[in-house]
Amino acid sequence: MMIASCASLMSALVEPQMGAVLACCQPWIVRNLWLIPALPMAAAGLIALLKQPYKKAAAGLAIGSMFASFLLALCAFSRVLLSWHAGTETRYVLNFDWLSMGASSVQLGWVLDPLAAVMLVMVTFVGLLIFIYSVGYMAHDVNFTRFFCFLALFAGGMLGVIIANSLLLLFMCWEIVGLTSYLLIGFWYFKPAAAAAAKKAFLTTRIGDIFFLLGIAWLFAQTGTTLFYNYGAGAIESGALKVLLSQPGALGLTAAGGIALLIFAGAAGKSGQIPLHVWLPDAMEGPTPVSALIHAATMVAAGVYLVARVYPLMDAGAGPGQTTVALTVVAWIGAATALYGALVAMAQNDIKRILAYSTVSQLGYMMVGLATGGVAVGMFHLITHAFFKALLFLGAGSVIHGCHDEQDIRTMGGLRKEMPATFYTYMVGMLALSGFPIFFSGFWSKDAIVGSAHNWVGSQGPFWMLLTGALLTAFYMTRQIALVFFGKWRGDGHAHESPLVMTAPLGILAFFAVVLGVLGTPAWPWFTGFLESRAVPFDWAGFAEPGLLPLMGVASLIVFAGLGLGWMLYGSKPRETAEALDPVERALPTPFGWLAHRLYFDELYGVTVLRWYGWLAGLSGWLDTAVWGGLVALVAGGFRELGRVNKAVDTKWIDGSFDKGCEELVTGGGVLAWLQAGRSPGYLRLLAFGVLVLAGLALLASAVSGQVRL
Amino acid sequence: MTPLAAYLLLAALVFAIGLGIALTRRAAILVLIGIELMLNAANLNLIAFWRFGPHPEALTGMMFAIFSIAVAAAEAAVGLGLVIAYHRHSRTADLDAMTRMKG
Repeated sequence: MMIASCASLMSALVEPQMGAVLACCQPWIVRNLWLIPALPMAAAGLIALLKQPYKKAAAGLAIGSMFASFLLALCAFSRVLLSWHAGTETRYVLNFDWLSMGASSVQLGWVLDPLAAVMLVMVTFVGLLIFIYSVGYMAHDVNFTRFFCFLALFAGGMLGVIIANSLLLLFMCWEIVGLTSYLLIGFWYFKPAAAAAAKKAFLTTRIGDIFFLLGIAWLFAQTGTTLFYNYGAGAIESGALKVLLSQPGALGLTAAGGIALLIFAGAAGKSGQIPLHVWLPDAMEGPTPVSALIHAATMVAAGVYLVARVYPLMDAGAGPGQTTVALTVVAWIGAATALYGALVAMAQNDIKRILAYSTVSQLGYMMVGLATGGVAVGMFHLITHAFFKALLFLGAGSVIHGCHDEQDIRTMGGLRKEMPATFYTYMVGMLALSGFPIFFSGFWSKDAIVGSAHNWVGSQGPFWMLLTGALLTAFYMTRQIALVFFGKWRGDGHAHESPLVMTAPLGILAFFAVVLGVLGTPAWPWFTGFLESRAVPFDWAGFAEPGLLPLMGVASLIVFAGLGLGWMLYGSKPRETAEALDPVERALPTPFGWLAHRLYFDELYGVTVLRWYGWLAGLSGWLDTAVWGGLVALVAGGFRELGRVNKAVDTKWIDGSFDKGCEELVTGGGVLAWLQAGRSPGYLRLLAFGVLVLAGLALLASAVSGQVRL
Repeated sequence: MTPLAAYLLLAALVFAIGLGIALTRRAAILVLIGIELMLNAANLNLIAFWRFGPHPEALTGMMFAIFSIAVAAAEAAVGLGLVIAYHRHSRTADLDAMTRMKG
């Protein structure tokens, strides 16, 4: 925060001609955009200093900072909205030198455009609601203050990702987000499963991040900048893109395509795309608000946001009616993820795990939306999904809380009477996620993706995969609802409704899960227009676009089919006992087993990546102990021998001579001490002896000189 | 008249006896007596050298001898005082037992 403020000051000083002029004619909110991530980070720092009993102070700081960020985000959003003109891109950029290396320098900066503004409002708002909810959910946890410290730090990192105008700054905040995700998944670290899940999440996303970092380095090497926008000199503006397109990359790709794929690898790690999705379901070991905030609404959406942010790079070189290699890869991986997540979610029994696979699936939808329909299509689903998935997760948290930490839906049932507020809001979230027609935002956003996949120039494959996914989504959500809220109670004890601090955020989120759809209907696609700088008047003729209504009809039918099928199997004949077999399992035991085991992805990685890695680790261990260790031991042995020689010289010669000297001194001292016996006769004798000797000498001297003759 | 050498020999004999007593006796008072003997031998020498010297009329030897006797008396008084004080303190006048000054 301090660095950022100093740096903005510095930029005003260092670039007197351009920077200062731009800085002072830029609106206040743009110059101070850094406050939005800085406030939660500062709150995190303060909370870290609090002792455990200061729960109210910790929650107050976190919620207060988030609320302030929310107000600033609204301010930024209204700024963009006010200066928005159809046909011109609304984009405020503020860059500054971060570090200079000789003549070149690395610049960081932040950007405020419709994309960032929308994300800012969404993240701060959903984040604020989840913070408030957490006060109730975590009320009895001894590490309450630590939890809010991590949450606030996460919010800061996430907001930093959003406003970053530099891949480098984005990457830094990206890693803060990754770190807090790790910390929060492993928040209950005394549970071995949680600790393992945290490690798994961290390592899996690191794999993506390595590619991401390589992409950044490559981009910097080619264009000399990591800024997105820099008044025509940014890395994803037309000048740099031309350079990137002319450079050959690898495997027949241009440099632009290669870099785009590397960046997508980072996004895939964060957003749980196949094959890096394995961490996301395990991440549900964290507290439920964390699952809602990080692993459903915001952080996993960061990958989607990243792809949207570098969309010009992804899209570079594609003419009208064409697509690029990078976008084709994104579309296929997204579609595969969407289908895979929906399939696996059918056979799970943990209430949060179902939602986790649902999230994986929906992130796939977003990726397909980005790849086939552009930024607005994918981002719209991101925003609506953030609201209804946060709602579902918080609802699931409320259920878990009410059932005394029970997560297995087989042992629940009949909760709609005990938990009415949770039930009705959960129904709203479930219908939005399933894409129930007309009334729910999920329908409009998902339909836009399915429609754009249908019109995609690349292939019809993703379209069919998404349709299948939509059927399955409606099916597994109906299964979950039927098992949790209908039928009869199959668990022990007595369920109770959650406190108001938890149900109130549910109500607010449910409201938005419904009304957000208004912004993206074909009659008034305001959201698309806002992001793409197009004026969009309200016009019913939007529905008259060829092929649109039939497609919507088909999509609706599919949703109804999924809901009906689910109700037929699970709702009309409610499960009697917790141990009863699943109807699908009874009919098709083998495929159900595959799905329940998540199509053996973890086992596959166990026998391939992990085994290979274990072998490599063994080899490294052997090299370390035998080869390098041997060398080290050799050197150490040589030095030990030298030391031995040194010791001998030291003891025998140096110490020896010193000891000898000391011995002599002691002996001499002994003689003197014997003389100094304290007996006066002895002294007297010595005196007499001395006098006699002196007298003798005097006599002798006299005799020699001839004075006396002896 | 008795030659000078006879006086000197007597003085040397008395001195030797005094020295022998002072070096061999363990009783502090006997050592003091030995010291007195040596002092008197020295006095004897002073008187003899004065009498046989070039100016026997100047009484210088006599002056030295009287000085020496006075000093010896003072010395005897101090020495005896020390011995008596020591004896009172530790009930002995044995010089070999007086080892408190041992370093």
